[in-house]
Amino acid sequence: MVRFILKRLLQVIPVFIGTTLLVYYMVFALPGDPIAALFGDRQPPQAVIDTLRSQYHLDEPFWVQYGLFLQNLFTFNLGNDFTGQPIAASLARVFPVTAMLAVEALAIQAIFGVAFGVFAGLRRGGWFDSTVLVVSLVVIAVPTFVLGFVFQLVFGVQLGWAKPTVGANADWGSLLLPAVVLGLVSFAYVLRLTRASVSENMNADYVRTATAKGLSRPRVVIAHILRNSLIPVVTYLGANLGGLMGGAIVTEGIFNVPGVGNKLYQAVLRSEGPTIVSIVSVLVLVFVVANLLVDLLYAWLDPRIRYDQ
Amino acid sequence: MRFTRTSKALGMVAIAALALTGCGAGGGSNDGASQSAGDPNKVITAYSNEPQNPLLPANTNEVYGGRVVELLFEGLRSYDADGKPVNSLAESIESTDAQNWTIKVKQGQTFTNGEAITAKTFVDSWNFAANSKNLQNNGFFFESIAGYADVSAVTTETAADGKTTTTPAPTAETMSGLTATDDSTLTVKLAQPEADWSLRLGYSAFFPLPSAALADPKAFGENPVGNGPYKFEKTGSWVHDQSISLVKNADYSGPRESKNGGVTFKFYTDPGPAYTDLQGNNLDVTDVLPSNALKTYVTDFQDRNATKPVATDSTLNIPGYNPNFQGEAGKLRRQALSYAINREEIAKVVFNGTRTPAKAFAPPVIDGFKADLKGSEVLKFDAAKAKELWAQAEKIKPYDGSKPLQIASNTDGGNKEWIDAVANGFKNNLGIQAEIQPFAKFAEVLNLRKSQSLPGLSRAGWQGDYPSLYNFLGPVWATGASSNYEKYSNPAFDKLLQEGLAAKTTDEANAKFNQAQEILFEDLPGLPLWDQAKPIVWSENVVKAETGWNGGILYYNITAK
Repeated sequence: MVRFILKRLLQVIPVFIGTTLLVYYMVFALPGDPIAALFGDRQPPQAVIDTLRSQYHLDEPFWVQYGLFLQNLFTFNLGNDFTGQPIAASLARVFPVTAMLAVEALAIQAIFGVAFGVFAGLRRGGWFDSTVLVVSLVVIAVPTFVLGFVFQLVFGVQLGWAKPTVGANADWGSLLLPAVVLGLVSFAYVLRLTRASVSENMNADYVRTATAKGLSRPRVVIAHILRNSLIPVVTYLGANLGGLMGGAIVTEGIFNVPGVGNKLYQAVLRSEGPTIVSIVSVLVLVFVVANLLVDLLYAWLDPRIRYDQ
Repeated sequence: MRFTRTSKALGMVAIAALALTGCGAGGGSNDGASQSAGDPNKVITAYSNEPQNPLLPANTNEVYGGRVVELLFEGLRSYDADGKPVNSLAESIESTDAQNWTIKVKQGQTFTNGEAITAKTFVDSWNFAANSKNLQNNGFFFESIAGYADVSAVTTETAADGKTTTTPAPTAETMSGLTATDDSTLTVKLAQPEADWSLRLGYSAFFPLPSAALADPKAFGENPVGNGPYKFEKTGSWVHDQSISLVKNADYSGPRESKNGGVTFKFYTDPGPAYTDLQGNNLDVTDVLPSNALKTYVTDFQDRNATKPVATDSTLNIPGYNPNFQGEAGKLRRQALSYAINREEIAKVVFNGTRTPAKAFAPPVIDGFKADLKGSEVLKFDAAKAKELWAQAEKIKPYDGSKPLQIASNTDGGNKEWIDAVANGFKNNLGIQAEIQPFAKFAEVLNLRKSQSLPGLSRAGWQGDYPSLYNFLGPVWATGASSNYEKYSNPAFDKLLQEGLAAKTTDEANAKFNQAQEILFEDLPGLPLWDQAKPIVWSENVVKAETGWNGGILYYNITAK
């Protein structure tokens, strides 16, 4: 088990180098001069521009820039962004916010998705099942940004149940509305996955055995059906967490959440290579850890899956 | 049976979730307690975004930092809502020859940390700002003061590959023309006479700085200490990428007395959510509207919107290095292009009245503005005249139409629509191919303008730094000026500018500047397009809001309900 985890963690290194190199190169290849972009129509004295340029090594060739970035990374110094703010500090500000948003969205989709999915699966073809299927189809069909704007308008402006945007000092409460929007689409997928999986396992031999043994219905559903049905759902949720942490750029944009998505969007607008690559680096780690967790959950859900050979 | 019970439980969860949302919405958007009179102690919230530099006045040259700095500091003068300069920290500003100025500084004024403001404060602050070593973005605002050349000196090295690098190399630490004879007297000697010099003194570059700022500019810029109508609520009030909280400075006694308890600038990466926030009364005032709201803001915010002309103009620049627009034929073609733009219609249809057709090379709100200058008839739409001039030019030198005429612009911020309209005007009225040359970012266009490699025209805009005609002419069209990227140069024009600056009175100066504009109408290095009006909207939490001469909201004048 330990060996398996170590092996998985070692795989991070090539992935990490590959992604950062790619992203760094893409930013490097962006047209326009990021330093000039800091200033509007009013350009500062040339000395200011040139000093900033050499300060951020923008006058160096690509490999030197990338090398310096890696060197900084290994000394745990992410440096400053072009406005002179330490990148590490801004990451420390945005990641917790997005983590809260992602966890909230994940909780919503997991709890509601699995619950609804189980009910629909157990009573396949019933009224609940049909309704839920139609509703989930609608949810999947409507783009996130439409949902976001509609929710914002209805709950934020017209009903006044929540603030239309999040802004500073994000907390669990203020993040609920964007989390619902963010979680809705995946909620529909989780629901459908669970439903299919449950209804498939309903007729399995071991379920009949469990029922025949005289186990109570909830026990059968939870210990036997659900546990076996959750494998595809867990896979999906794990992959989803990485995506959610990647900063739901659209949702964060609509609700003005000061999180990773917004930061990334701003950094791309300003061609801030160091900021973009730092964010991507953290995201790579998040993805890897999320996938690792999913794999470990498999083993717990299904003892037949083992990793220590 | 069990099924129903569980669905009940589910229902409970859903209700709990909604209740939670209710909790999250706490924060009195609808208190219902509407006070008729304003509440002078309530804090208002305003739209903004992350400032791009540490908050040092002489370093801040973008709007989001600028609005904060202007509330934190008070200069020798400030501008009232109409752009008229009034003395603030200056008791008097006098000069007999427009070259030697004597400024009496009000006594007993202090920064919020208790440090006294004297004439020496200004000498130190200005020398700091002008010194090239300190890399202040607005350093060149001191260029008229004698000795500026020494403190702002740079060396330029050319590498083997032809790349030049400019590094600061000041040859003096202080400007020779700047002296404090005693605590209350500041004498300034300019390198040459400049009639409108005292108009600049309300601009942020000229604000005074406490000694802490000069000792450690970077740390100071994080938590600035000023002398303006507002101060930082506490150390660390600038939460990066989120907000800046200012509270009223009770010790302030200048012309911009605050009518509210403070201003919290909330940062938005996009104006769209801010607009929604305003509709939900979750934000009190914004000066940036999403482009899709330009058609609806008047109906969305009945009695809670205002649109006032501001000192910002737009031009379409025609590079002199483009062979199609050189010489006599080029001159005729420039005029033809100008006649082919239907400014009235575009201002009405595309901009919904938030622009007015240009009348000159400066906006009408600026003191000394004159309409109907000689040559300004090219700003009227006249398809027949455009065709005729184009045909005349063809006789002299045929137009190279192998490539369409391109108009370079960044496509964000609603620029594409009007450029398409202008390009269609060229197509229909001149029979040439024209199209937008799209760029993702403003900086890309700027770089190409700087390196003189644009194939066609480009869009440019200028927002006044201080309310003076010269500010719309000198920095943009004078030979070698800081923002004259197309390198337009006309000695006669430069001479008139210099004469205007050397004039004894502002009226005399403005007459010269208007004469200089007639030369611009002759040469047409750029086509004036329109002047901006600034639409703003406010929430039900505040009585009303208004903008000043430069389009900035007068935050200190807003009263909360």
